[in-house]
Amino acid sequence: MSVVAENLVWGMGKKTIVDGVSLEVVEGETVGLIGPNGSGKSSLIRLLAGLRRPRRGRVVIGGRDVSQISRRVLARQVALVQQNASTEMNVSVLDVVRLGRTPHRSALSGWSAADEAAVATALARVGMESRKHQSWPTLSGGERQRVHIARALAQQPAILFLDEPTNHLDIEHQIAILRMIRDLKLTSLVALHDLNHAAMFCDRIVVMQDGGVVAAGPAETVLTEGMLKAVFRVEGRVGRSPYHQRPHIDFLVD
Amino acid sequence: MTEETFRGEPLRLALLSLSALCVLAFAVAVATAIGDYDIPLRTVFLSITNKLGLSSAPLSRIEESVVWNLRLSRALVAALCGAGLAICGAILQSLLRNPLAEPFVLGVSAGASTGAVAVIILGIGAGMVSLSLGAFVGAFAAFGFVALLSSGTTTGPSHTILAGVAASQLFNALTAYIVTTSGNAQQARDVMFWLLGSFGGVRWPEFQLLLVVVVACLLVCILYARTLDAFTFGDEEAASLGISVAKVRLVLFGVTALMTATIVSMVGTIGFVGLVVPHAARFLVGPTHLKLLPACALVGAVFMVLADIASRVAVPQQTLPIGVVTALVGVPFFALLLYRARPQS
Ligand SMILES: Nc1ncnc2c1ncn2[C@@H]1O[C@H](COP(=O)(O)OP(=O)(O)OP(=O)(O)O)[C@@H](O)[C@H]1O
Ligand SMILES: [Mg+2]
Repeated sequence: MSVVAENLVWGMGKKTIVDGVSLEVVEGETVGLIGPNGSGKSSLIRLLAGLRRPRRGRVVIGGRDVSQISRRVLARQVALVQQNASTEMNVSVLDVVRLGRTPHRSALSGWSAADEAAVATALARVGMESRKHQSWPTLSGGERQRVHIARALAQQPAILFLDEPTNHLDIEHQIAILRMIRDLKLTSLVALHDLNHAAMFCDRIVVMQDGGVVAAGPAETVLTEGMLKAVFRVEGRVGRSPYHQRPHIDFLVD
Repeated sequence: MTEETFRGEPLRLALLSLSALCVLAFAVAVATAIGDYDIPLRTVFLSITNKLGLSSAPLSRIEESVVWNLRLSRALVAALCGAGLAICGAILQSLLRNPLAEPFVLGVSAGASTGAVAVIILGIGAGMVSLSLGAFVGAFAAFGFVALLSSGTTTGPSHTILAGVAASQLFNALTAYIVTTSGNAQQARDVMFWLLGSFGGVRWPEFQLLLVVVVACLLVCILYARTLDAFTFGDEEAASLGISVAKVRLVLFGVTALMTATIVSMVGTIGFVGLVVPHAARFLVGPTHLKLLPACALVGAVFMVLADIASRVAVPQQTLPIGVVTALVGVPFFALLLYRARPQS
């Protein structure tokens, strides 16, 4: 299933936060979304996931306008991992991952074998199966992030939106999660801050600045010294990694 | 839930529910036995079975009548009020993601009592609108007031509560104003009833109406139990799990207002039950609403019947307003929650 954004505009009050964004994520592709703080990545992801209504433009998922799809049907196809979702409730890891089955269950239907399998697979994917009875408030930041990812996977979506999924993760789990996302047969859009990770794991990269898309394409064409300077205001040299043959950035500081 | 815990779970829950029902039955029996003059539990039991046609024990007509007409209905109304208020508390706490939310704290009870008092004393819509309708309108007005005051922000926990405090103050002041300026001396004394609650004077008709309302609302809430679980991480997360957030809020706030209004129109405002009980129930059965809501109903019912007993025996020859008893238990608990809910450094 593909995601297409056509000239999206969204804002709060007089402020325009997402300003005429068009992009396409084709089926099975992993696209990295990069950009400075406040450039509109999270806002764009909320629009794409149908949580906000754009002022102008539209989002088309699997050929259908998102505003025409019911929330429940949409949630079976699209899962979202937000930047800072937390709770004060004393829920267990398992309770949280089971929430992912919500769009697949009716009000009183029992817990099916398919539900159980989806939850077990999702927990295993993020390496949290041995912690499933631990309660949410006692988890570390990285563990919470992994549980959220498992919850999204338990939704068994065709499309996955992740907003900085590697926040709080140690390097082992950053790489594990990104590799998992790349290898899943899902269409995914991932907001990332680590440009080298974006280069390593994404098929394509979209760069945002001030609410608009300023560059999009494979890492080789997008990650340029000019872009680093113009968008991120840093000096860097882009080479090719001798190990994985992907572009690699060395940042220069004095 | 893993398979192994899944198998043990229903048994544990069945045992827990059964014991809660037994405790409730016993509490109701004790509440019926205790009063201006005490009636032995045996007589209570026999009076009830006599009335139900299950026995024909020779009993004093007066005792039988006191048990059936006065005390049993009162105890059962108390149980239903406790159940209803506890469910309201659980729903509001989930939807607002705030451990301190409940109809009393949010000013909904105060709004309902203002509505009821306006109908009785000012005779607004005399003959056309009932007391309950007045309470219902008042409850919704308070809800609207709180929603208005706490909207716009990303509804931080403290914001909703602050709005609720303002609503309680406003509506309680309105109630006192209406009663003292327009009521007669007796009605002015009755202001205590609206502000602190009382089970005095409730009989079978109240029980029947309350039974229908509380059971119907509980069923609706249970249908929404899974949906409520999905609010664990907030509105946006619920929406991304396929919940129509606006619709669910409308339905469940409506249900909460209906229950609160019905209860307040009969027994006045009773605080803190909706706050204390859901936390106790969560402690017993965990946060999953399919289990939590029935648990709240049972624990709330037992709590309120016990509170009613306490209100009648604490001071000899006098009945304390029920709200006094629930507040004496609830306020320390509220303080504990506030303390625990403080931001981590
Ligand atoms: N609801 C809102 N009301 C007002 N301003 C908002 C709102 N949501 C976002 N903004 C503003 O819009 C801009 C973009 O926010 P957004 O969260 O999309 O950025 P981001 O690219 O995800 O940033 P980060 O890398 O820090 O996560 C920010 O300046 C933010 O302050
Ligand atoms: Mg962001």
